[in-house]
Amino acid sequence: MIEIESLSKRYGELTVVDAVDLIIPKGSITAIVGTSGSGKSTLLRMINRLIEPSSGQVRIDGRLTTSEPAPALRRRIGYVIQGNGLFPHRTVAENIATVPQLLGWEPARIAARTEQLLTLFGLDPAIHARRLPAELSGGQQQRVGVARALAAGPSVLLMDEPFGALDPIIRAKAQEDLRTIQRQLGTTVVIVTHDMEEAFLLADRIAVLDNGKLLQHDVPARLLTHPAHPQVMALTGTTDRALRLLSLESTAAIVTAGEVSGPDLPASMSLREALSALIWAGATAGNVLDAHGQRSGHVTMQAILTRGSAAR
Amino acid sequence: MKASGVIRVGVWGLLIAFLLKPQVFAPAFAPLTQHDAPAIYDQGDLATLAWAHLGLVLTATSLSALLAIGLAILVSRGPGRAFLPMSRSLVGIGQTFPPVAVLAIAVPLVGFGIKPTLIALVAYGLLPIFENSLTGLSQVPASVLEAADGAGMSPIQRLWSVELPLARPLMIEGLRQTLVISVGTATLGSTVASQGLGEVIIAGLLSDNSAFVLQGGLITGLMAILLHDAVGLIAQRWQRPVQ
Ligand SMILES: Nc1ncnc2c1ncn2[C@@H]1O[C@H](COP(=O)(O)OP(=O)(O)O)[C@@H](O)[C@H]1O
Ligand SMILES: [Mg+2]
Repeated sequence: MIEIESLSKRYGELTVVDAVDLIIPKGSITAIVGTSGSGKSTLLRMINRLIEPSSGQVRIDGRLTTSEPAPALRRRIGYVIQGNGLFPHRTVAENIATVPQLLGWEPARIAARTEQLLTLFGLDPAIHARRLPAELSGGQQQRVGVARALAAGPSVLLMDEPFGALDPIIRAKAQEDLRTIQRQLGTTVVIVTHDMEEAFLLADRIAVLDNGKLLQHDVPARLLTHPAHPQVMALTGTTDRALRLLSLESTAAIVTAGEVSGPDLPASMSLREALSALIWAGATAGNVLDAHGQRSGHVTMQAILTRGSAAR
Repeated sequence: MKASGVIRVGVWGLLIAFLLKPQVFAPAFAPLTQHDAPAIYDQGDLATLAWAHLGLVLTATSLSALLAIGLAILVSRGPGRAFLPMSRSLVGIGQTFPPVAVLAIAVPLVGFGIKPTLIALVAYGLLPIFENSLTGLSQVPASVLEAADGAGMSPIQRLWSVELPLARPLMIEGLRQTLVISVGTATLGSTVASQGLGEVIIAGLLSDNSAFVLQGGLITGLMAILLHDAVGLIAQRWQRPVQ
C-alpha cells in the first residue's frame, strides 16, 4: 500500500503538485492521468524520491520513504520509463541484474532470477541474455525494461508512460502482459499515462490530476458515471462514454440462466465486445461460455444496453 | 594476418631495428652529411633517448588525463556545473599558450630538466582530453541516467558503471590526440635539458647535420604513429570484452 499525504512540489512560485492525498491499495493498478504538464511525472517521482517533495509525505507499507537513504529506497521500488532507459553497454542479462547486483545477491541467485524473468517475458535466455539492447526490437527492449524493474521482486512498480513509444499492436500485447504479470506477482503498480484508453484498460483505480491538483480518484466506471469535475469529463470524453462503460464489465457480470439461439460469447469478453459480436451476428442475445467452454447462461442485447446507460 | 597487421609489425620492426642497430642504416643517411660528419647520432644512445622520450610523454599524458577527466567529471554534475565555463577557458589557455613560453616561465620557477617540460606538456595536453570527456559525459542519454538513479545507484555507482563506460570511447579519442601532440611537443624539452629525442634534432641543427635532424624527426614521427595505433587497438579490445 502507498499512502500519499498532502504531497506538494513547488518550483519557486510555481506549484506543480498541489497537496495531493492518495491511497493506493496493495496489489492494485492505479493509473495517474491528466493533460501534459499536469504534474503526473512529478507526483510519480516523488514516490521514489527521484524528486524530493516540498512538503507532505509518502508511506510505503506503512514506512515513511524518508526513513532510509534514497538509493536504498529505490532498490525496493521498480521504475520503468518511456524509452526504457536500458544501459546500452550492458547485455540484456546484465541490465536485468542491475538491482540484484546493487543489493549484493549471490551470482548464482542473480543468474537464476535473470533466466526466470527472461522466460516470464517471453524471451529465450539462450538467445537474448547476451544480446545488447540495441540488438532487440522496441517491444523486446520495453519488456527487458520491465523485467529489470521487477528483478529484485519489488512490492511497488512505478511506470511513467512505459508503452508510449510502442506501436499499437505491440502496445496492446505489452498492456496485456503487464496485467497478467501484475496479477501473478501481486505487485502494486502506479502507471502514469496520458492515454485514457490505456488507463481504462489497465487500471483498478484512476487518479485524475489537473494543474497539480487531484480532481478525482475512483474506480474507472465512476469517473464516467460520477465525474467529480468538468475537467474529468473533458478528459474521459463524452462521445463514447457509454461504450467505455461497457468495456469495463464482462459478460459474466450480467449472465442470466437459460440458453438462447445466438452467438457464443466467452465470459471474459467485455460487454462492449459482446455488443459488437451481437450486432455483427444480427442477434439480440448470445450464450455465455465459462472458462471451460461450457454454456453457463445467456445475455441479451437489452441487458447490455442497460449497463451502458448513465441511469443504470 | 590482415594488411594492416603486416604494416603494423613492419613499422614496429623498423623502429626497433633503428634504435638498437642504428649503424646499419648509416648508408641511408650518409648522403645528408657533409665533411665526413657522422651519419648517425653519436652523442648518446638513441634507444636510451627514445625510451626517456616515451617515458616523458606517457607520464605527461597520464597526468593530463587525470586532471582533465577529473575536472570534466566535476564540472558535468551538480554544483560543479557553475564552474564549467571557467574550466573551459582555463583549459583552453593551456592549449593556446605556446609550450615554449611555458618553458620560459617555468624554468626560473622550478629549474631546468624534466619538471618544466612536464608542466608544459601537461598544460598543453589538457584540452583534447577535457573537451572529449565533457562531450562523452554529456552524450549519455537522460533516460539512461534516470534509469540508473531509479534503480538505486548512488552517484558514484552511476558514474563508475554507467557514465564512464559510455563516455569512454570519446575519452580515449582525446587521450590519443594528446599522446600524439605530446610526442612532438616533448622534443622542445631538450632546450631545457630534459632527456629526449629533441637532443638529436638540436644537435643536428647546431652542427648543421641534416642527418641528425631527420633521424630525430623520423623516430619521433614513428613513435607518434605507433602510439596512436596502439591506443586504438587497446580501445578496441576494451570495447568488446570476450564473454
Ligand atoms: N525542475 C523544474 N523546474 C521548474 N518547473 C518544472 C520542473 N520540472 C517540471 N516542471 C514543470 O512542472 C509541470 C509538471 O511537470 P510533469 O510532472 O513532468 O508533468 P506531466 O508528467 O504531467 O506532463 C510542468 O509544467 C513542468 O514544466
Ligand atoms: Mg510526464
